[in-house]
Amino acid sequence: MALLEVKNLGISFGGLRAVDDFNISVEKGQLYGLIGPNGAGKTTVFNLLTGVYKPTRGAFSLDGVNLTGKTPLQISKAGIARTFQNIRLFNKMTVLDNVKVGLHNQRKYSLLSGILHSPAYFREEKAMDEKAMELLKVFDLDKEAAFLACNLPYGKQRKLEIARALATNPKLLLLDEPAAGMNPNETAELMKTIRFVRDKFDIAILLIEHDMRLVTGICEEVTVLNFGTELAHGKTEETLKDPKVITAYLGE
Amino acid sequence: MNLISQLINGLNVGSIYALIALGYTMVYGIAKMLNFAHGDVIMVGAYTVYVAINNLGWPPMVAVVFGIFVCALLGVVIEKVAYKPLRRASPLAVLITAIGVSYLLQSLSLLIFGSKQIPFQSIIHLDPIKIGALTISGEAVVTLVTTVIIMIALTLFINKTKAGKAMLAVSEDRAAAELMGVNVNRTISMTFAIGSGLATVAGVLYACSYGFIGPYMGSMAGIKAFIAAVLGGIGNVPGAMLGGILLGLIESLSKAYISSQLSDAIVFGVLILVLLIRPAGLLGKSRTEKV
Amino acid sequence: MKKIFNKKNLFALLAVVIGYLLIFLLVEQDILSRQYRSLLVPIGINVILAVSLNLTTGFLGELTLGHAGFMAVGAYAGCLVSMSMPGLPSLLNLFIALIVGGLAAAVFGVIIGVPVLRLKGDYLAIVTLAFGEIIRSVIVNLDFTGGAAGLKNIPKYSNYTIVYIAIVITILVIVNLVKSRHGRAICSIRENRIAAESIGINVTYYKILVFVLAAFFAGVAGVLYGQNLGYLQPATFDYNKSIEILVIVVLGGMGSIKGSVISAIIVTLLPEVLRGADDYRMLIYAVVLIVMMLLNGSPRIAEWKGNIFSKLHSIKKRPVAQKGE
Repeated sequence: MALLEVKNLGISFGGLRAVDDFNISVEKGQLYGLIGPNGAGKTTVFNLLTGVYKPTRGAFSLDGVNLTGKTPLQISKAGIARTFQNIRLFNKMTVLDNVKVGLHNQRKYSLLSGILHSPAYFREEKAMDEKAMELLKVFDLDKEAAFLACNLPYGKQRKLEIARALATNPKLLLLDEPAAGMNPNETAELMKTIRFVRDKFDIAILLIEHDMRLVTGICEEVTVLNFGTELAHGKTEETLKDPKVITAYLGE
Repeated sequence: MNLISQLINGLNVGSIYALIALGYTMVYGIAKMLNFAHGDVIMVGAYTVYVAINNLGWPPMVAVVFGIFVCALLGVVIEKVAYKPLRRASPLAVLITAIGVSYLLQSLSLLIFGSKQIPFQSIIHLDPIKIGALTISGEAVVTLVTTVIIMIALTLFINKTKAGKAMLAVSEDRAAAELMGVNVNRTISMTFAIGSGLATVAGVLYACSYGFIGPYMGSMAGIKAFIAAVLGGIGNVPGAMLGGILLGLIESLSKAYISSQLSDAIVFGVLILVLLIRPAGLLGKSRTEKV
Repeated sequence: MKKIFNKKNLFALLAVVIGYLLIFLLVEQDILSRQYRSLLVPIGINVILAVSLNLTTGFLGELTLGHAGFMAVGAYAGCLVSMSMPGLPSLLNLFIALIVGGLAAAVFGVIIGVPVLRLKGDYLAIVTLAFGEIIRSVIVNLDFTGGAAGLKNIPKYSNYTIVYIAIVITILVIVNLVKSRHGRAICSIRENRIAAESIGINVTYYKILVFVLAAFFAGVAGVLYGQNLGYLQPATFDYNKSIEILVIVVLGGMGSIKGSVISAIIVTLLPEVLRGADDYRMLIYAVVLIVMMLLNGSPRIAEWKGNIFSKLHSIKKRPVAQKGE
């Protein structure tokens, strides 16, 4: 049984089938690419998998647990974390606090402990600080821990978003165009980081990306989406050579 | 018979609310701000007309036109001085500024005219219409007719003229409208001018119906009209008309049949219920945030 | 336990004690005139109201105009309970009244919390305003609240010491909360609700929690208010009171507790300071309000302010950096 199993997933917005009959299965530890032309419905798939939209058809499950129709909160707790195409950081909070919000469900203490600053508060806060700094170090953000998130340069904001998502201790990480706006050097570095993250945290990663160097460089398998439905899927190299796929990208 | 006269009364009050609500809603649509001071503009309008008639001895119609002109100018000046510098500030900052402007207008009127309510001689000299046992006051007739004319004119203006279409474009997407060559600043000024001009009409009709003017007359009427605008879907012109009329009817009927003291609570309760069912108001379109 | 008595906390404790001693001296040595002495409790009540509203507006980021409604519920519930048990010693009576008032307001916080989940921004502002006005109209129409004439003969157990303690507790609770994981969750909702949800923040729970806590403290402030004056009038709790509290929060700075405290003191004192210019009081208040908002919010002025601050900052910082080397 694969980690993420998606069966015939679909959603319609007022009669328009934005995503239809979408199937995918992502194995543990796999790096999987979701590609397709603009408007193909890739981000909609992410929104379905994270509960932002409720699917009108089909089902999906993580590690055998059915998550269809669950709220973003339940899905996050079940182990799916994501980043956003248009970065969504907590801008007026520090870099450290951004990651610590991600640890919210990992290290807990009660409301009363929080208000009274009980020993549990100090113990857990210390543990959170350490864990958050550890994550920031992975992305080379530890020196900026005290900065406000909005003051980070663009590339680092993307990294911080990944760090924050990892803080929730996910089994599956969804990255929505992680290399958007990065130069070739930054992209190359990002590829290394993504592989490192997969190995270190032992998670599966499903990513949407337009940069084909990144896709061919790190994704083992891809699914190509066009007009909301699957056009092709399989090993990255072979799939990208598929004439159907080339037509979808370049036109007739 | 009583029910019918209550309904007419409700339409009368509701029309005045609708006229004020138009100002709120148009400004919200264009500038995306709650112009809390709008209610006080109707007070300024009423006082201006009062002064023009009683101190300057002008004929009522001239005084009303003068009042409309003064308030339109006031609306434009308020926007330029107090709101325009804050276009990129938080909505809260703009709201507080608008509250400041509201206090400013109230206190100026308090300083000039004193806190006492001044009796306002109705400028409407129309004999009441009698249909059987039913009597409709001249004020009610004039209010209803004026409101209907204004609403038709405004609808035509917005949908048929270039300036009106520019208003629609700015309220839909300010940046895109600007790129398409719409003069955004001028459109915003025009919206404030029209809204404030209508406020004068509402202020005079209010004064004629209730027979007095006072520094705080715009405060509660403003809040009610504001609620009417939200009820109909703020930013939506037909919504403001619908909301105003509905609010007037609910208020008048609950005053007559439930409790005159609880009528405000009932009006507010209806608003909350409507918003719980339709979060963007009766005719408003709710926009979901794109993820 | 070491951590609780660190330098910062000890300093804060010292400030609290000195602050109290200062007020104590000013009052007991008759240094303050009668007028200003009578303002101590109202200032304190506004501090509690502003700090609690700041939790909703500054930290959670929801715009509400109904804080006076919660204050009214607390005031009436607490004072009625207090009047119903005349036999109790005054401190115990007041304590029970404060808890009852706070809890009653908190219940209303849950009720208003429900629309909060569906509405946002300006719509929420108008609904909370409507809610506050409903509470006021209902109080006017009930018999046991004394109706429009008001509630009289409330025991006057509240004084500046009690209010001072209440302020310290309110600030302590809210500051500690904000610094905890719960506070971070609340701020993350303000910053980006969708992202907060995506990393497992229970938005529903925290929104309701904030409304309940803010309402509780507003209710406590209401009881202190009633027990200071000895009577309650529904007209006190109209939307103008809610606006006044919001103005205090905004002038003090969203999300700044210190700012709320200072601003509450200034805004409450302002009318008294301007007493000589009675007629112009409201005019001056309005002008100050507009000018303050324009100074704060205008991008051009913000830029200019930013430049000055960064210059000051760099001047200050240089010697420190050298030390580091």
